[in-house]
Amino acid sequence: MTTVLLVLFTTVLVNNVVLSQFLGLCPFLGVSRYLKTASGMGIAVIFVITVSSALSSLVYNYVLEALELTYLSTIVFILIIAALVQFIEMFLKKFSHTLYEALGVYLPLITTNCAVLGVALTNVQNNYGVLMSTLTGFGTACGFAVAIIIMAAIRESIDLTKVPKSFRGMPLTLLISGLMAMAFFGFSGINL
Amino acid sequence: MNKVFERLYNGIIKENPTFVLLLGMCPTLAVTTSAVNGLGMGLSAAAVLIMSNFIISLLRKIIPRGVRMPAYIVIVASLVTVLQLLLQAYVRPIYSALGIYIPLIVVNCIILGRAEAYAGKNPVLLSVFDGIGMGLGFTMALTIIGSIREIIGNGSIFGFAIMPSWYEPVAIIVLAPGAFFVLAMLVALRNKLVSKEKRQSGGCMGQCIGCDLCEKNPEGKGAKEDEKT
Repeated sequence: MTTVLLVLFTTVLVNNVVLSQFLGLCPFLGVSRYLKTASGMGIAVIFVITVSSALSSLVYNYVLEALELTYLSTIVFILIIAALVQFIEMFLKKFSHTLYEALGVYLPLITTNCAVLGVALTNVQNNYGVLMSTLTGFGTACGFAVAIIIMAAIRESIDLTKVPKSFRGMPLTLLISGLMAMAFFGFSGINL
Repeated sequence: MNKVFERLYNGIIKENPTFVLLLGMCPTLAVTTSAVNGLGMGLSAAAVLIMSNFIISLLRKIIPRGVRMPAYIVIVASLVTVLQLLLQAYVRPIYSALGIYIPLIVVNCIILGRAEAYAGKNPVLLSVFDGIGMGLGFTMALTIIGSIREIIGNGSIFGFAIMPSWYEPVAIIVLAPGAFFVLAMLVALRNKLVSKEKRQSGGCMGQCIGCDLCEKNPEGKGAKEDEKT
């Protein structure tokens, strides 16, 4: 139980995937304009990363390693992710229309979210087992969701302020991300 | 010949992938802690981009439209694996400095973006030069960001100390938050220059992504209303 909590604490706060590892920045900067879309994206990412890290770790440990094909991991993982996202989309469309309506728009965007491939590759580099990989994947995705939701909340509340013209849009978003990264940097001294 | 130069100019200046299109943000921010790392990442991505543009352009009449995305991804992923093995064998320092960001070149939006927008529709030679232009633009941007961060955060450039001895390095610039601050400043500077140019020439040359200056871009909605008040 303690291990589970420690892994979650480390992946969500100490090694936050967006703010300290710079993975998944495109959706973080692009879809964080409104709180509603940001939370939709966050939930979709949690869903996809958890399943994909479990699946890629299964394939790596039981197929690629057994056949000594570990150098193919990048190609295999990206294909697993692309197929999985496609499959989840079809599955949701058929069985849960409400969930499809809520997450459908974000699913195709997730294939090119580098956090998904990044988590699968770091799990392999650290020699994690299937359970540990799934847990790390879940924690990392939660970290992404936390970061994008905080970001959207900040962007919604500064919408009405007067910002110098050259800083409107992307530069301001980057500055806010920098300040958030500073805040999350406070966790980095904690060694568990 | 003119078209070839136009491609190079387009990639390096007019549609610079980092400062204008704001694509491929993850490696841009993550590995630019020093000028050398920025240059290494830029050249690696450029090599993959040139090769992938070449192969995709060669195969553009063979790949069916319906499955082009998976086909592009497989081509890019194979090239990245080759690059990773080459770097691991011959350039160990760069390989260990870039770490996980080398395999992540696969999901770099610049490469798939160019495949979709250019190489899939145009002849081989032009596609290769498009790749060279975009690759150089990306390399240049990464080297600039890396140099700025290295000078401010470490007092050196390409490993040589250049700042006077009384200079106290601002360590936060080479840490995670500094990446965001430096890129924010550079994009703001570009916006400032573009808006000045726009005032003089009276038009924004139709580059809309990442530009907040006119109503074509949803991000720029706030700007118009502010001007009225």
